Amino acid sequence: MSTETLEAPVAKQKEAMLSKRRRKFVTDPLSDDNPITIQVLGICSALAVTTQMQPTMVMAISVVFVMIFSNLTISLIRNLVPTRVRIIVQLAIVATLVTLVSEVLKAYAFDMYKELSVFIGLIITNCIVMGRLEAFALANKPYDSVLDGLGSGLGYSWIILAVAFFREIWGSGKVFGYPVFEAMGIENFSTNGLMVSPVGAFIVLGFIIWVQRTKSGYVEH
Amino acid sequence: MQQSNSYIIIFSLVLTVILGGLLSGVSQVLGPTQKKAIDLDTKKQILGAIPSEKDKIGDLTGEQVIDRYAEVIQSFVSDADGNLIEGVVAEDVNIEKNYKKPLAEKQFPIFKYSYGGEEAYILPTFGAGLWDAIWGFVAITPDFKQVKGISMAHRGETPGLGARITDPEVQGRFVDKMIVDASGNLVSVVMIKGEKNPVSKLGPNKVDGLAGATLTAVGVNNMLEAYLGFYKNYFDKNVKGANALTMNQ
Repeated sequence: MSTETLEAPVAKQKEAMLSKRRRKFVTDPLSDDNPITIQVLGICSALAVTTQMQPTMVMAISVVFVMIFSNLTISLIRNLVPTRVRIIVQLAIVATLVTLVSEVLKAYAFDMYKELSVFIGLIITNCIVMGRLEAFALANKPYDSVLDGLGSGLGYSWIILAVAFFREIWGSGKVFGYPVFEAMGIENFSTNGLMVSPVGAFIVLGFIIWVQRTKSGYVEH
Repeated sequence: MQQSNSYIIIFSLVLTVILGGLLSGVSQVLGPTQKKAIDLDTKKQILGAIPSEKDKIGDLTGEQVIDRYAEVIQSFVSDADGNLIEGVVAEDVNIEKNYKKPLAEKQFPIFKYSYGGEEAYILPTFGAGLWDAIWGFVAITPDFKQVKGISMAHRGETPGLGARITDPEVQGRFVDKMIVDASGNLVSVVMIKGEKNPVSKLGPNKVDGLAGATLTAVGVNNMLEAYLGFYKNYFDKNVKGANALTMNQ
């Protein structure tokens, strides 16, 4: 009897900063619950910005930033947000963060700002962001939400970087703008125009999903 | 949990004020840096119209570009009749706003490039592409007959198709093309339909087109034709050796 009452406070002991449960928030979206390949969210920007690796990298960093901070903000005010207007509240906060990113890029990385143009603004409508706010941040504590945002952001990032890698190397024979084939002495590498158009992204993304699902055995129900 | 209407209204108001305040604060703080970035970008585009400068710009820092610009560029502003307007800074003239004004009110900035004996007039142009605005800086020889080079930019053309007007290879096609025909009439330079056309199809006034982006190419053609027509008056009145041209539309 007495042992049972003693056990209770032990269970309530403070959870480690990176406990197994929390690590899963970050690692799950990388493969098993990937926002792009499994949940099939955020496809629009995955097709649009992935012609070259450099802008893709900036896009990835921006999305990770927006996801972490929108998740954090929503989680902090989750008990204050009126249920009936919660979507508008989420949208307002995401839009504010995206505008911040856009303004900072405009001031400090103008060339990138020009290149990414509307796609930074379109992070607002990236379903991954809203999806995580609705599904996670509204019901979880701030620290967990930050981890969740980081995980989903990274899950999105590595996929678009992988797509961009194949598209850039096939479409323009470069990696991060560096002409790899010329450096290897292959002068007449013929680039594939299809890879530069959004169709190329569909094909590459299709292959990535195929490989991933073959390995994980995931089936759509 | 259902909140009362007044709670929702107050919550929304407070949120709006906080987010609005944050954004306007950031905009105030970053405003001057952004203006500098835009100015620098414009100067890069102006210098980029000269092929020998375009090759160098990539290696320069922002400050070096501004120094280089100050060294080689002189600027003027002209009205539609070709008369110089005093007291207006050419770099501050917004080409897009002028584009929408009636012709008589339009102001035309002109950037004169001179370095090591090489001279050219860099003329800003503006027009409509397929989806949104396109603009460019075309460098013309002082006799108003030949293109030295061009730099072009766009706001929303399709990547890989119309957006290729920013591609150095595409811009390079305009170099040394003539804007006048054999008898000296102003005919502008025209991007023809299709790409990889045989050389025989291209004359001194024609350049290879953009496959899959013919409408953007048409936008470029219209932009060049219109603005070269506008600038003709300035050359007739102010630049020696550029006289006796007749417009042939």
